Amino acid sequence: MTAPLLDVENLTVRLAQGRAARPVLHGVSLHVAQGEAVGLVGESGSGKSVTCRAALGLLPEGAAATGALRLDGDDVLTMSPARLRELRRQDVSMVFQDPRASINPLRRIGDFVTEGMRAGGVPRKDALRRAAELLESVGIREPRAALRRYPHEFSGGMLQRVMIAGALAGEPRLLLADEPTTALDVTTQAEVISILTRLQAERGMGMLFVTHDLELAAAICDRIYVMYAGRIVESQTAEGLFGRPRHPYTTGLLAATPRLESDRAPRGVPGRPLSLAEAPDGCAFAARCAHALPRCGEGEPAPRDIEGAQVACLRAEELIHD
Amino acid sequence: MAGLLLRRAGGIAVTLLVTSFLVFGSVHLAPGDPASFLLGGRSASPAAVAAIKEQYHLNDPFLVQYAKWIGGVVTGDFGKSAQFRQDVAGLVMARLPTTLWLIGYAALLIVIGGLAFGAVAALRRGVVDRLVLVGTGIATATPSFVAAIGLISLFSVQLGWFPAFGNGSGLGDRVHHLTLPAAALALTFVGLLARVTRTAMLEELGREHVEVARSRGVPGSDVVRRHVLRNALGPISTVTGTVVAGLLVATSIVETAFGLSGVGQLLVSSVTVKDFPVVQAVSLLVVLAFVTANLVVDLLHPLIDPRLTRPKGGTA
Repeated sequence: MTAPLLDVENLTVRLAQGRAARPVLHGVSLHVAQGEAVGLVGESGSGKSVTCRAALGLLPEGAAATGALRLDGDDVLTMSPARLRELRRQDVSMVFQDPRASINPLRRIGDFVTEGMRAGGVPRKDALRRAAELLESVGIREPRAALRRYPHEFSGGMLQRVMIAGALAGEPRLLLADEPTTALDVTTQAEVISILTRLQAERGMGMLFVTHDLELAAAICDRIYVMYAGRIVESQTAEGLFGRPRHPYTTGLLAATPRLESDRAPRGVPGRPLSLAEAPDGCAFAARCAHALPRCGEGEPAPRDIEGAQVACLRAEELIHD
Repeated sequence: MAGLLLRRAGGIAVTLLVTSFLVFGSVHLAPGDPASFLLGGRSASPAAVAAIKEQYHLNDPFLVQYAKWIGGVVTGDFGKSAQFRQDVAGLVMARLPTTLWLIGYAALLIVIGGLAFGAVAALRRGVVDRLVLVGTGIATATPSFVAAIGLISLFSVQLGWFPAFGNGSGLGDRVHHLTLPAAALALTFVGLLARVTRTAMLEELGREHVEVARSRGVPGSDVVRRHVLRNALGPISTVTGTVVAGLLVATSIVETAFGLSGVGQLLVSSVTVKDFPVVQAVSLLVVLAFVTANLVVDLLHPLIDPRLTRPKGGTA
């Protein structure tokens, strides 16, 4: 296997050092290969967005990060500001959750799509021509006219397509998608997802897809990482995760998904999600876990390889959930 | 757009008509007999008093007086000044250039100073921000006559850099003469605009599209210009418009302090001696300045925020 495109190794992020240093990520390791779609799944506050943003060198204000986050071998965490801007323009870009808030409402669509290219020194005319092509590739009709229009003249779904076009403008090798469909209507979600996956495949980009929707992640991703309280608790191929979830949290998440083919009501995971700051010693999920033993509270379980899956659970071998 | 302009012009006409009535009425409600001033305090024959009263229509009922006055106003005749024995329109027009220069100069200082201090405070949180907050607090709280005295004492008397008195003639001399008055006039409002700018920019800095722009490798200065300052222009322009219109009133103090013969000083001297035709004319001018400034700001807003381009409903 060649070196992965994105390689996150033991990434730990602490917020606002000083009086209330709060950890938000703890020892996160993951990788995304060229052309691979990888899902990052977890509840709100589990740290998936922070992980995703860290790949752009965007950390919360005052946060301190340890570990390494390499793109093609270059550590993003130690990059100079100029190199970081170059990385953001050319190598990595992100599709944000809410296009309505993420695109400046006072500026034209053309300004948004060409912004990164212009910052990189592309002449205005060339950038606009390229922007029109990009808009066409995401299915915006009359792309030339659209460039001169304003965000409020577009629907949320159309605006998210504009956002994707803007993200692709720098021909990135890695695309980060932070819940790109959460703010959209169900009917437009499918369209946006199909555009995203088509372009990812066409361009051979690596994609890190952040979502709280395990089913959606499984449908479009090759591999999936499951996060809980700032840690990765399980990673597997998408089929493996559905077929043989190893971690009790993954099992719980799958059981909580409503299903059309079954009359059984979805069962929620009891308790409420913890943030890493509140997590006790030992396994953060132990308090909500039906299979917890006294030793689960003693030490943080290290991720172990079990038949191609990495699971951070002491009882992973005993508890196979078919 | 043409329809909007027409409706706005109609609105302005109605505003001016209503305020003209209020101005005229309040001047007449003020205590004291205009006729006795018009005679300069001399004891005059009843015949002379009657003649004066006749000339200024003081015997007519209030509404008739108003109708005669407003009838003249629409043709540009504001009556005769009692203290100068001249046409009010001519008096005001002769003093208007000095006042407009002063207002323009002060407005420039306000916009440049207000934006600069506000932006610096918003972008450099910490010591710089706190310094600007304290400084703008003091500036806002300093009355312009205090600022005028301080500036004269420092820059005219001690350093001798700027004259303390007079209008000046010619561009360079005028700017030289008007620098201290404009600074005294601007001080309070620089503080106000700096605070408005700071607040508006801080609000925009927290918006998601600012972070998105940064995440796309746009250099910080471009992010501030195109996303933060650009989006903060709405409140900034609204406050600037009101402030610049209000400068016309504020000039009365500064012009008196610096011995400038402008419209503000004319207003003060006219109020003192109850020269009511002048007071009425200048008051109307102030109203006109406010409605014009508001109109300009309203016309600018759709250019700042494209979402306002097509107003809903018929509110003008």
